[in-house]
Amino acid sequence: MTEGYSYEVSPILLVDLSLLTMLLVVALAMLRSRHLFAVVMLSGIYSLLSAAFFVSLDAVDVAFTEAAVGAGVSTVLMLAGMLLTARREKPFESRRVPIARLAVFATGAALLYATIDMPAFGDPNAPANAYVGQAYIEETPGDISVPNIVTAVLASYRGFDTLGEVIVVFTAGLAVILLLGVGSARGGREVSDVDGEGS
Amino acid sequence: MQHLILKVTTKILFAPIIVFALYVQFHGDYGPGGGFQAGVIFAVAFILHAFCFGLEQTRKVIPLKALIIAMVVGVMFYAGTGVATMLLGGNFLGYDQIAPESTHHAGQHYGIILVEWGVGVAVASTMMTIFYLFTGREPDIDQEDW
Repeated sequence: MTEGYSYEVSPILLVDLSLLTMLLVVALAMLRSRHLFAVVMLSGIYSLLSAAFFVSLDAVDVAFTEAAVGAGVSTVLMLAGMLLTARREKPFESRRVPIARLAVFATGAALLYATIDMPAFGDPNAPANAYVGQAYIEETPGDISVPNIVTAVLASYRGFDTLGEVIVVFTAGLAVILLLGVGSARGGREVSDVDGEGS
Repeated sequence: MQHLILKVTTKILFAPIIVFALYVQFHGDYGPGGGFQAGVIFAVAFILHAFCFGLEQTRKVIPLKALIIAMVVGVMFYAGTGVATMLLGGNFLGYDQIAPESTHHAGQHYGIILVEWGVGVAVASTMMTIFYLFTGREPDIDQEDW
């Protein structure tokens, strides 16, 4: 709805549409499958497809992260987690499904309705691009003189936030150490549940 | 000799993956990438090794205790950079204090590289710790069990 900006129909649009279609197909396949190994693999494919979609949105840094973390490590960790449980999902009771489906469709419809008011992709007057974003683009060469503005924002302008993110990652690792224990089945201290009572 | 092709491929790929991780790590202020991505790529090299040769072999290369220490070192490296800039007379994580006379913000470059190194170490060791602890709980699974 902003003036002076129009979205041209280009081959890129076709690439975007096919990527989004594939994302939808993979998501539906994940929903339907009860085989956990297949679901984990499909979620890896989903991450890879969304990484490709981020590249087409010119967000290379996000795409890189999605490919490395989403398609790479998450898939591996999900596989490792899957080893600790059953290979197949239990068949679920279908009694509550209509309510759940209704809630999902209502939320989806609301979200679709909200997209009508969203500014066009790449609109320079959009709130996301206009104020802070524009300031970063203008000030980075003078303030930081680092070619990659994303890194300048991440490590310098918002270095404090990134410190928090690193601590979040650290805390996640710490939680896994505390929950799964350094003394595990292979080597380490053996823990017995019987003697632990009363202490 | 099970999975010979996978083992040979892993041996060939292992070094290039680590070189790529270091490239992403130190090239983050010029191209896409940075500590988070580099740390993950670095961890993936060792996870691939563990998949092909077994966790026991990988644990001989990097023991779990070293990983836990590296997790702490990464976070402390990041926070320590901030404390260092404070000791030099600036704000917490005010990188310009590292090279105050520079006309092209060399301090910012140094600071970003130091901080990203902390991020990379912390992320890589955390990912590998989580992987070690998840996979170390169950003995090897059968081929047909997938």
